[in-house]
Amino acid sequence: MEWIKSPWPWYVGGPLITFIMVLMLFFGKSFGISSTLKTVCSIGGAGKFSEFFRIDWKERVWNLFFVAGALIGGYIASHYMTARQAIDLNAETKAALISSGIPNPGAEYVPTTIFSWDNLFTLQGFVFMVVGGFMVGFGTRYADGCTSGHAISGLSNLQFPSLIAVIGFFLGGLFVTHFILPVLL
Amino acid sequence: MKYFKFLIVGAIFGIILTKSEVISWYRIYEMFRFESFHMYGVIGSAVVLGIISIQLIKRLKVKDVDGNKIVIQPKAKNKWAPLLGGTIFGCGWAMTGACPGPIYILIGNGFMMFIVVLLSAILGTFIYGLLDGKLPK
Repeated sequence: MEWIKSPWPWYVGGPLITFIMVLMLFFGKSFGISSTLKTVCSIGGAGKFSEFFRIDWKERVWNLFFVAGALIGGYIASHYMTARQAIDLNAETKAALISSGIPNPGAEYVPTTIFSWDNLFTLQGFVFMVVGGFMVGFGTRYADGCTSGHAISGLSNLQFPSLIAVIGFFLGGLFVTHFILPVLL
Repeated sequence: MKYFKFLIVGAIFGIILTKSEVISWYRIYEMFRFESFHMYGVIGSAVVLGIISIQLIKRLKVKDVDGNKIVIQPKAKNKWAPLLGGTIFGCGWAMTGACPGPIYILIGNGFMMFIVVLLSAILGTFIYGLLDGKLPK
């Protein structure tokens, strides 16, 4: 049972993600997660402010069950299926992070010195958590999908707009990683 | 409870993304620095198998549990919205190290700061909704 506790390699993770997508199709739904953010806005009464949120959210409640399940899955995996949460990072990545002042890169899934309550009210923490989160929510709705809807479902279905979106994901990600993060880290 | 199966599938998804380290900020940072094959392997193998699966579903005319033909709703044929929106999301992905799925999964993993990221993402979606129709499509 050692394989349950150790990290799963890409050739296990990738195919299992495809399995989830196919399973959702079999259940008559399409795999896409960012739309849950819109559903939450609609339930919260955002339809009062914009036509965009005037949707029949009751038809989308199934997806909230999916993300609630994902949260539970994260709990199960971290509590019962992990011996030690550490990422086997590339040595160069690790060295770059250490020289930027991040102690023990890869010791946990997330750099907890950046993602902490204390850091939330600094420029660095505010950008990483609040600005970053805002751009995730804004960008995915504008693009009409995220990694699951565009990169996985969309590319699998050979949709051209999804290819444009994935190119955009990388343009943005590369820009921030190489020009913004060096200033903030 | 007709939605219970989605809770279960979601939980399996949360376990897969946690165990394959897709939810790790470091893995996303490494990916954007081209210093690891891991994320490319995960996304690449998922897409290659996905293309094969969807081709099979279409050619074999596979039906879903309710007996309906499986159809994937195509996204709108826009250019600017996926490019600009995708780029904005990409920026946020590199900062938070998380796309929407991992935000939920990280909270389950006990990284409570991602509640702040989730609330910010909901705010971002809300602000987009106010501007919908006013931005280039």
